[in-house]
Amino acid sequence: MSDFFISFAPMLPDLLQPVLPDLLRPVLPEIFVLAMISLILVIDAALGEDRRYVAYSLSLITLAVAAFLTMRDFTDVPTLALGGLVIDDPLSDALKLFLYLTVAVALVYSRVYLRERGLYKGEFFVLALFALLGMMVMVSASHFLTLYLGLELLSLSLYAMVALQRTSSVATEAAMKYFVLGALASGMLLYGMSMAYGVTGSLALADIAQNLADGTDLRIPLVFGIVFIVAGLAFKLGAVPFHMWVPDVYHGAPTAMTLFIGSAPKIAAFAFVVRILGQGLEYQVAEWRDMLVILAVLSMAVGNIAAIAQSNLKRMLAYSTISHMGFMLLGILAGSQSGYGSAMFYVLVYTLMSLGGFGMILLLSRAGFEADQLDDFRGLNRRSPWLAFVMLLLMFSMAGIPPTVGFYAKLAVLQAVVEIGYVWLAVVAVLFALIGAFYYLRIVKLMYFDAPHDTAPIAASPDARVVMAANGLAVLALGIAPQPLMAVCVHAIGASF
Amino acid sequence: MFGQSILSLVIWVPIVAGVVVLATGSDRNAALARWLALAGAMLGLIVAIPLVTGFDTTTPAMQFVEKFTWIPALNAHYHLGVDGISMPLILLNSFVTVLVVIAGWRVIQDKVAQYMAAFLIMSGLINGVFAALDGILFYVFFEGMLIPLYLIIGVWGGPNRVYAAIKFFLYTLLGSFLMLVSMIYLYFQSGGSFDIQTWHDTTLGMTAQTLMFFAFLLAFGVKVPMWPVHTWLPDAHVEAPTGGSVVLAAITLKVGAYGFLRFILPIVPDASHELAWLVITLSLIAMVYIGLVALVQADMKKLIAYSSIAHMGFVTLGFFLFSPLGVEGGLVQMISHGFVSAALFLCIGIMYDRLHSRQIKDYGGLINKMPVFAAFFMLFAMANAGLPATSGFVGEFMVIMAATRVNFWFAFAAASTLITGAAYTLWMYKRVVFGTVTNPHVEEMNDINPRETLLLGLLAVCVLVMGLYPKPFTDVMHVSVVNLLTHVAQSKLP
Repeated sequence: MSDFFISFAPMLPDLLQPVLPDLLRPVLPEIFVLAMISLILVIDAALGEDRRYVAYSLSLITLAVAAFLTMRDFTDVPTLALGGLVIDDPLSDALKLFLYLTVAVALVYSRVYLRERGLYKGEFFVLALFALLGMMVMVSASHFLTLYLGLELLSLSLYAMVALQRTSSVATEAAMKYFVLGALASGMLLYGMSMAYGVTGSLALADIAQNLADGTDLRIPLVFGIVFIVAGLAFKLGAVPFHMWVPDVYHGAPTAMTLFIGSAPKIAAFAFVVRILGQGLEYQVAEWRDMLVILAVLSMAVGNIAAIAQSNLKRMLAYSTISHMGFMLLGILAGSQSGYGSAMFYVLVYTLMSLGGFGMILLLSRAGFEADQLDDFRGLNRRSPWLAFVMLLLMFSMAGIPPTVGFYAKLAVLQAVVEIGYVWLAVVAVLFALIGAFYYLRIVKLMYFDAPHDTAPIAASPDARVVMAANGLAVLALGIAPQPLMAVCVHAIGASF
Repeated sequence: MFGQSILSLVIWVPIVAGVVVLATGSDRNAALARWLALAGAMLGLIVAIPLVTGFDTTTPAMQFVEKFTWIPALNAHYHLGVDGISMPLILLNSFVTVLVVIAGWRVIQDKVAQYMAAFLIMSGLINGVFAALDGILFYVFFEGMLIPLYLIIGVWGGPNRVYAAIKFFLYTLLGSFLMLVSMIYLYFQSGGSFDIQTWHDTTLGMTAQTLMFFAFLLAFGVKVPMWPVHTWLPDAHVEAPTGGSVVLAAITLKVGAYGFLRFILPIVPDASHELAWLVITLSLIAMVYIGLVALVQADMKKLIAYSSIAHMGFVTLGFFLFSPLGVEGGLVQMISHGFVSAALFLCIGIMYDRLHSRQIKDYGGLINKMPVFAAFFMLFAMANAGLPATSGFVGEFMVIMAATRVNFWFAFAAASTLITGAAYTLWMYKRVVFGTVTNPHVEEMNDINPRETLLLGLLAVCVLVMGLYPKPFTDVMHVSVVNLLTHVAQSKLP
């Protein structure tokens, strides 16, 4: 029966074609993903533990077909759909493609890990796909309502994913923390949105921008609203001083969930921020830029300094994420097309590195053993030179050392801030990047200079190894020739703004 | 067939060879890795030969130019070219790589393929630094070479290697990051270009020039290294394996000095004139003070490391005298120091392989057991002390001459370091080589084998040829240096 569905799935879009009016065409990928989620939910419930691969394969097929749909309808002309609730523009299409890729890679890395821990359940795939759907809505939203809906769909799925390991008190605590703080952030965001609505009388981003183009008499309420919106966004991004949940959640969640939370949702969060600040409040750059400057500097400072003190790799990468979000904000606060382009490039590169970093923990873990301590990486070069080399590339990339792609990400955002005349900010940023280089170098030191602690053979599955190799080589290849990815970002931003 | 892409070959042949060595070699068949690495290094040197034979010494323009669009989104190009300043350095680097591979032949028994590959890849990257004419390309090579060097020090180094490796990396990174910000600033000032030659003609205000001067000074000063940012060098040298020390002293220090000529002087000429006193003072402190520090070292590698800092002081001093004699003297000193320091570190490596000590006090009476070695060591020690007829004399003499024309006291201080230089080198030599054998282990030492004789012999020839007839070297540089100085003499203030 499962084989039947597998062969049937790719044909779905063509079967649906005549039924769907053109009106729904821009949201076809979302509809398709939703349909598949329902299908997986039903099929998986009917199949036993030993047929779990069906849900796994169907999820990957869903991603592939959704990618095909998005590619087929890739448009250079922004089109509003569903009465202005969603927009189909190059930015949303490009980001969706990266979302599919990221989620697919995360699923491949997680498979063995989940199975060994009894988490390889249909719920996981359903929640992951629901999260993906939420992210897809976020990247293509053009209305406060859809933005919020997408965000909540994503967040609720993530809370549940973190809590999926019911027997672990750490994971439950992390889920609780994540939920409470996340709900608080959503509340702040909503409050800010309501202020913006009060000032402009609209929830659609385009109308808001238009109403505010010539300024407004209600400056105080507007700024008040912007403060809340920025605070809510900062919560979601994990920017300092709204970062408290990040280390605890990253640390407490099962690593496969950490991998998921630490990768694709950052892409969606970028879109979220750029849609609200860059499109809705584009004429209020002067109001929100200073707030972002503070957030960015604090994030880079706290993230990089606190990461040094960590002995747990997941916590270290959590703090490193905070600092990376600070760098990404540098691009956004420039408030220019080149700035948004650089932030997009940064977030995509960050996702690539983060996938590799957390994925490496998954690959080195085995039944009953979590390789999430820094010491577990000791002497990796002796145990597996190839994986050590991939990790070396990832670490140097996170530190921003060429010839890895992380360098160009930093270069691009620095360029954006220098362009608006904030040279001092660029200097501050590189000084914190220097501090950050220390803890990345320490991982390389552990892998290459020290003798192994743990000499058990590495039990990673071949498919995960292949994807990891591709992930590492992508970091290097894009470091030698970053143009393709940069061109995508420049084009997506250029045609959507 | 490859006539148009000599520089690309010079860069990529060692890198590809390094990757091949890495892919094929394991510790089970280390011999294969060694021979492949030697073949790669030799090939790297051979493809660099057309740079000499085809070089036109009459033009200051860039030669062997290659230019392709690389990253249109950043307006960065794959732009290579050499002039009389960079061409000799590329050749020096390709030559030293061969020596390093031979020097590591027996000593390195652990992870041979990785060791050889790291050196080959680094060699290619350093050639890239000297050949790059695009800011981003330069930066990629400039930073990229840190990765293999970090691993070389950290994996094959001595007991305190981790500290040395991280210190070295973070020190150099600090300067590079600030340089990156300067480059981005230049990009906007020059109307959106990362082309280094365009930057040479970009108008800049005095404040911008001064700030950038300090950023570049930090980036390149750390690499040279200049006092007071030199402290990573003795640590790194002491902990690095012999090959690492040779490359550090002979090549990476030159990268810093090269940066002065390619970036600081032509891009911020007004600030350079204004702040020349600073660089001259730092150089003189390095020469005098560090010379005295070298005098009291008990560890031979540390002694030579400090001597390197003092000798590089001549280079930076020469550059900031703004006369052809001074700049050419500095360049000759760079090449000469490349030969001499490489040779001295190899000598120490040869002794270390036999006795496993670098402490001067453990030696004594070496001449009784290793006469041939003692003779070579003598020559290099003399060259380090600046004896006429060795290469060490030429550069230092030119710089002192140039300094005399600017200020007598500069010349006086510089010349006085010749005395300290002779003192620490020869005193070390005396304690190590002469006297009676006191350590029973010295009694068991054998004289150098043919492989080591070849290494030292090659370097001895270079030191003597350059000392006796330096004209070919200065001829290559002269036109480019004069052109550079004409450029530097023009103000770039708006």
